[in-house]
Formats: sequence, C-alpha cells, structure tokens
Amino acid sequence: MSKGFNKKAFIKTLALLLAFSVVQLLIRFNIISYYYQDILARVCINIILAVSLNLITGFTGQFSLGHAGFMSIGAYTCALIIERVPTVYGFIAGVILGALLAAFAGFLVGLPTLRLKGDYLAIATLGLSEIIRILFINLDSITNGAAGLYLQRRFVNWFWLYLFTVSTVVLISNFVRSSHGRACISIREDEIAAEAVGINTTKYKVIAFMIGSFFAGVAGAVYASYNYFIEPNLFNFSKSIDILVVVVLGGLGSISGSIMAATVLELISSFLQSVAAIRMVLYAVLLILIMLFRPGGLMGSRELSVAMLTELRKKAIAWLKAMPARAVHAVRSIAKGSGKPGDKSAGKGRVDG
Amino acid sequence: MKLLEVKKLTKSFGGLMAVSNVSMVIDKGELAGLIGPNGAGKTTVFNLITGMYSPSSGTITLFDGEQGKPIQGQKPNKICNAGVARTFQNIRLFRDLTVLDNVRIAMHRSVKYRLLSCFVHSPGYRSEEQRIIDESIELLKIFNLDGKKDELARNLPYGEQRHLEIARALASRPKLLLLDEPAAGMNPAETAQLSEIIRKVRKLFNLTILLIEHDMSLVMKICERIYVLDFGSVIANGSPDEIKSNERVITAYLGEDAIDA
Repeated sequence: MSKGFNKKAFIKTLALLLAFSVVQLLIRFNIISYYYQDILARVCINIILAVSLNLITGFTGQFSLGHAGFMSIGAYTCALIIERVPTVYGFIAGVILGALLAAFAGFLVGLPTLRLKGDYLAIATLGLSEIIRILFINLDSITNGAAGLYLQRRFVNWFWLYLFTVSTVVLISNFVRSSHGRACISIREDEIAAEAVGINTTKYKVIAFMIGSFFAGVAGAVYASYNYFIEPNLFNFSKSIDILVVVVLGGLGSISGSIMAATVLELISSFLQSVAAIRMVLYAVLLILIMLFRPGGLMGSRELSVAMLTELRKKAIAWLKAMPARAVHAVRSIAKGSGKPGDKSAGKGRVDG
Repeated sequence: MKLLEVKKLTKSFGGLMAVSNVSMVIDKGELAGLIGPNGAGKTTVFNLITGMYSPSSGTITLFDGEQGKPIQGQKPNKICNAGVARTFQNIRLFRDLTVLDNVRIAMHRSVKYRLLSCFVHSPGYRSEEQRIIDESIELLKIFNLDGKKDELARNLPYGEQRHLEIARALASRPKLLLLDEPAAGMNPAETAQLSEIIRKVRKLFNLTILLIEHDMSLVMKICERIYVLDFGSVIANGSPDEIKSNERVITAYLGEDAIDA
C-alpha cells in the first residue's frame, strides 16, 4: 500500500519537474515568445488566486467577494520590501511577509464576519476589500496613493511562477484531503450537522479563510513583482468578481476545475484582445453558455483523475465505434421517411407533420 | 449510576413555553424513551441537551463517573466532544459526500495529527488516515454499509440513510446517543431491523441511549424507562407497563373521553 503510494508520488514529482524543464527550455530557446510568456504568467497568478478562493468558497462554502483585498495586501507588502531591498532575497521576503500579513488580515476579518451567512458574508467581505483599497489610496506617505508604486526590477521568472503555482495547488489539495480539510467541507455540506458531529465550525471557517488569504497574498506578491507597477484600483471589486467567476466556472470544490478555468479564461481573453470591442460580449456569452449547460461548473465538485480519463477514453471509443452504425441508421430512417416507433428522428417527423 | 441529569429545564421562544420545568435522569447503560404528542417539545429537549439551543433556565449535567459537569448553553461541538451524539428527525447527512466521508468527518476529534501535517502528508499522517479509514469501515460493517462506502449519501435508500446517520453519530465515540425518531418513515420490517441494530450497538459500544419515537411498538419493546412529555412538561415517567396504564398519558394521546370509553 505505502509502496504504491510512494511510486505514485514519485511519478507525479517527475511529471512536474519535466513540465517545468520543458517550458524552461522553450523559453530559453525563445520558442515561447514574450507574448506567450506574459499569458503564462497571468495564467499562473490566476491559478493561485482561483485555487485559494476555491478553498474558501468552493470547499468551505463561505461566499467571499474580498479576495482582491487580500491579494492587494500581499502585493503592497512585497512591492514596499522590494523597493527597499531590491534583491531576490527581498522578493522572497516580500512574498512570505505579504502572504503572512494577508493571512493575518484574513484572521482579523474572519472572526467577526464568518458568523454571517451567504449574501451577508459576501457583502461584508466586499466592504472589507473596499476598505483595504481606500486605505492604500489614502496612505499616501507609504503607498504613494492612487498614483501607485513602480518597481525597477522584475524578480519573477518562470521558475518562481511555477514554484508558487505548484506549491499552492499541492498544499491546498493536500489540505482538503486531510481530516481538517474534510471538516471544512462538512461546513459547506451542512453546518448544523457538522457542529453536531463535533466540528468547531467557527474555527475551521477561520482556518480556511486564513489559508485562502495567505495564498491570495502570495499571488499578490508575485503579481506586484511581475507587473513592475501596482495601484490600488487594480484590486477593486471587479478583480474579486473575476476570481470568483473562474472558481464558479471551474466548479465549486474542484481544484482541477479551477486550474482549467483559470487557463481557459485567460487564453480566451488574451486571444480576443485583437477584437477588443466584442471581447467582453463573447466572454459573457461563454459564461452564460457554460452556466446553462454545466450549472455546476466545468468539473462540478469532481477532480480530474487518471480513472476519470480512462472512463472518458472508453466512452469516446464506444461512441466512435458506434458512429458508422448510427450513421447508417440515420440515413436509413431518413430514406424511409419513418423509422421504428422509438426512433427519435421518426418521432420528430411525425410531430412536424 | 447517573449519566445525564436534567433539572428544571425551561426554554421559551418569546411568550411560548416550548419546554417548562423538565427534569429527568438517565442512568448509565439505560435505554430510555421520550414520547409525547406532536408539538410536546421533545425535539426541543434534544436541541437543548445537544446545545443547538441554550436553555432559558435550568441545568443539564453530564456525569463522568461521580464527577458531574454542567453542559447547558455550551456549543454543540463542545457537547459532542463531551460525549453526547445525536441524529436528526429530518435526516441531516452530508448528502453530497460519500458514505465513508460521512463517517470519517465525525471521527475528526480523534485525529492526532496537527494542522501543518495536513499540507505535507507525513508518514504519521498517512498511518493516521489509514486508521481512520479502517475504523470507519469497521463501523459501517455493523450497519451493512461497508459495501457502499464509496456511494454518495444522497443515493442511499431512505432506511440506509437513517442507518448511516446513526453510524456517523457513533463515529464520535459518544457515551450518550440521542436518536430523534429513528424509525420515522420505516415499514414494520425495517423498524424491527432497526430495533435489532439499536440493541446491538448499545451492547457493543456500552452506550446509553435516549430516543424520541412515535412508533409505540418500538418504544414499548426496547425502552426500559419512558418519559412522557405534553405541552412542554413531563407528565409521566416509568417502565413501559406503567406508562401504558397511566391515565394522564392516555388523556394526552387520546383525549378526555378515551378513559370513560
């Protein structure tokens, strides 16, 4: 049992390292251009944001609209430290401190507000992220107010992006599979029952909120260093909504769903940049379509797994194998004008006639 | 030896006295029943004992040997950790989780690893997780649910959902188990099976059980002591035979005329 587990972990690690090296080489030999590197960076940051919000909203079931606020705490902390210590160590310290401060803010906010439920919590967290934003605008002497902060050097490269993204995903997915993670999930499922089986719901809500905020802080710090420039209005209400859209689209409670949705949405909005006028319209149409046809998000609450892929492959093969027969059947029923009583096309024809 | 003592328990919602001056004693190892007409306040008593409501006045004491500890007004998770587990009248499973997860979550308080081990999955973490799975499956076997451990709770038939809820309550290793209408909606065969299971787990886990039930055949068959509640007050308590012939109980259930007839 434990041997098999180790083998699996080994293969996973190997795959992760391989993915890193391949992209690193492609960047090294300029096969991935700056344009695509930029998309890659934004995908990574979005993945960190979406997966961390998924822990709060998808797994623990606490509807938060304040994720951009926690992100901004990480971003400003990191930027201010890099300003003073413009080395890679300054950057690392900035990420760690930014994440810790964001988690601390999550703790301060979580204790009073997590007693609220649903819409009320959403409004409280929304108000909170606005407070943080206004604070950054008005703390002129430290944050340079609405004009924002410029950074001279960029420390984030593919190595750091990959490291932080993979760590976030691994740590959070490890957490949700642990007993503490299951305690969080039980709050989403039925808070009263969770309390009745001995789960301290307040404690686990705050823990989930803190972990989520921590990684939002990481994303903010990485973003600040990547972007050279931050200003308070980058972290407004609509940024929180953007993150929430990714989470809902990918599926509440599915980490792989969040990763897919973050990637797909970023790619779409990048490729639609040339048709900026209709970009938002297409984006909205896509969202509506997905919500109509997959109301639980792309993945629902399931995770992408090897078992799922084999299942999918089997289905696809069966579907393809049945193709000729189905085609023949369709052609025949059209030629005859009517098929068997159970036949769909025949039934349709009758209704139309 | 006493396990639970409720003294002068009162709960009012605004002007309505849902429970007034209820006193009861449950001995260790006893299987007691709480009956009464609809709206008598039975579930409210359960909610008070398990901390879902805090009482307007009165005390609830849980005994550990001779040592008594007041538990009234504490939070439900504290009371569960003190050794009182319950099921709900309208089943409250974690519907979208698997049968195994439902039980595993209730075992959370026995988990030994710390929050930080959750992130790195250390060897200690893995052996602990394995223990939880093994013990959960042991528990599910009692209810013949081990074969369905990977099914979603919502997909179980009604009777098995009721069984799973009892299994989940047992997973927190309680001293006192409160069952709120465990046989509601079951047919006679299922009810008979349920009473077998209640007897079995009581022996196996050395449990004390208090149950609310409307199915009199079940109550009279398995309960050793019965408390009868009407309009929020205890109107009678005693053995099933005493309760059967108690005039106030008959009046409460069947009305004034029933005694003359």
